[in-house]
Amino acid sequence: MGCRLTVSKEENGYKVTGNSCKRGAAYGIKEMTNPTRVIPTTVKIRNGFLKRLPVKTNGSIPKELIFKCMEIINSVEVEAPVKIGDVIIENILGTGVDVVATKTMASISCKKI
Amino acid sequence: MLKYEVVVIGGGPAGLAAAIEAKKNGVQSILVIDRDRELGGILQQCIHNGFGLHVFKQELTGPEYAERFINELKEMDIAYKLDTMVLDISEDRVLSAINTKDGFMKIKAKAVILAMGCRERTRGAIAIPGTRPAGIFTAGTAQRYINMEGYMVGRRVVILGSGDIGLIMARRLTLEGAKVLAVAELMPFSSGLTRNIVQCLDDYNIPLLLNHTVIQIKGKNRVEAVVIAQVDNDKKPIPGTEKEFDCDTLLLSVGLIPENELSKSANVKLSHITGGPIVNESMETTVKGIFACGNVLHVHDLVDWVTKESQKAGKSAARFIKNQLKDSKDIVKTFAGDGVSYIVPHMIRTHNIEDTLDLLMRVKEVYKNSKLIVKADGKIIKEIYKKHMAPGEMERISIPSSILKEQRIREISVAIGKEGE
Repeated sequence: MGCRLTVSKEENGYKVTGNSCKRGAAYGIKEMTNPTRVIPTTVKIRNGFLKRLPVKTNGSIPKELIFKCMEIINSVEVEAPVKIGDVIIENILGTGVDVVATKTMASISCKKI
Repeated sequence: MLKYEVVVIGGGPAGLAAAIEAKKNGVQSILVIDRDRELGGILQQCIHNGFGLHVFKQELTGPEYAERFINELKEMDIAYKLDTMVLDISEDRVLSAINTKDGFMKIKAKAVILAMGCRERTRGAIAIPGTRPAGIFTAGTAQRYINMEGYMVGRRVVILGSGDIGLIMARRLTLEGAKVLAVAELMPFSSGLTRNIVQCLDDYNIPLLLNHTVIQIKGKNRVEAVVIAQVDNDKKPIPGTEKEFDCDTLLLSVGLIPENELSKSANVKLSHITGGPIVNESMETTVKGIFACGNVLHVHDLVDWVTKESQKAGKSAARFIKNQLKDSKDIVKTFAGDGVSYIVPHMIRTHNIEDTLDLLMRVKEVYKNSKLIVKADGKIIKEIYKKHMAPGEMERISIPSSILKEQRIREISVAIGKEGE
């Protein structure tokens, strides 16, 4: 699965080889110039079916902001019930990216979901 | 006795996809049984993204991938029982199961789909010497503690095994503030996906020590240190290469084993290579009417392939009930040739193939600029050039059914050849 990309620096930018689609070329150049990542993690949830609610950034953020984002995400506590896709933190660090729930979680009172 | 047309054991990605597909193919009464408190299986603890690129053409997290199938299952009104343990399956497809609400149940099924997944190898399986302190976890257990139960497992961590779960936990622990000192790997290559090596280790400057293993665990009540040494070609530690890592936690990601205790009770024949049942083109085991799919059959690299394989099992179970699966004495056997460790399915009744025969396999080592050569009775029918192949990444080959039906083939083999040969 996947492709093995080779990115080489040329006079006017980067050249990507080994990709089998356009997405691969764009990804290769991004990895060299401005690598970004989606952060999947969890936040504390009160009254939830589980102790932690899985969340993710709904877009990718620059790699160097990962730990700063984690600090903010770790300071948050939400209350069940939560629906998948609910925004937990809006526009984190001004990146234009939201942190959203990746799971629907019922509150503890309705145990089976 | 309860009666269902199809009973699916396991409510993870394999079980969900199989049940949904059986329903789509006209099976009315289906029951999914799971021993956990919710559906979704191990996907629920795999909160990282990267699932669904093949099935949904987008990157989902484990819970997101699971929720799509759980919702579909519920919309289709497929029955399921949670917190329920299947104790036994007989060859004539009578199941014994138990939970605290219904008590002990006997369930008769026209077809059974095994979708119990796999379990992790533990410290016992690899016999690491040393004391037995707290702080030694399998990577999956640590994943569940951190991602679902809200317990942090340690602060200074060494990981043994560079399979995907080990790699992903290296990142997860780092994000949660722990220091991952190293990932040690016995083999000369990682068994994880390339993207995970980049995004989980390289991103965080976590060293990957290839040809290394843990030879000693120190600490009385809690892990205090582990000793890692380099190994030679025979995987024996090389004296003088020992390095001690001060840590409080050791995670083990040293392999997965298909979970087939129940399959054995039904007399299903297992492959000693995959650890899962021997199956035919319809994912049917050696016991009539019992099908298998997902990690119980063979350990997959991507859930997307689990879904596709399980859909086939679900559809086949529906065809079995409608008497559309035809038995035959003409069975084509698949044979893993040079460089290939196994092929699933193991046996093929060509007239049951609908459009293509999908062969799933793993290679034994890392191969560069090589090709997969498919032969039918010694004659090459397909060659696929591959720039890179590794044991961690499953290979798939589709063969159009027309090729198989035209000729009377007895054996299909796949082997690795060098480019240019």
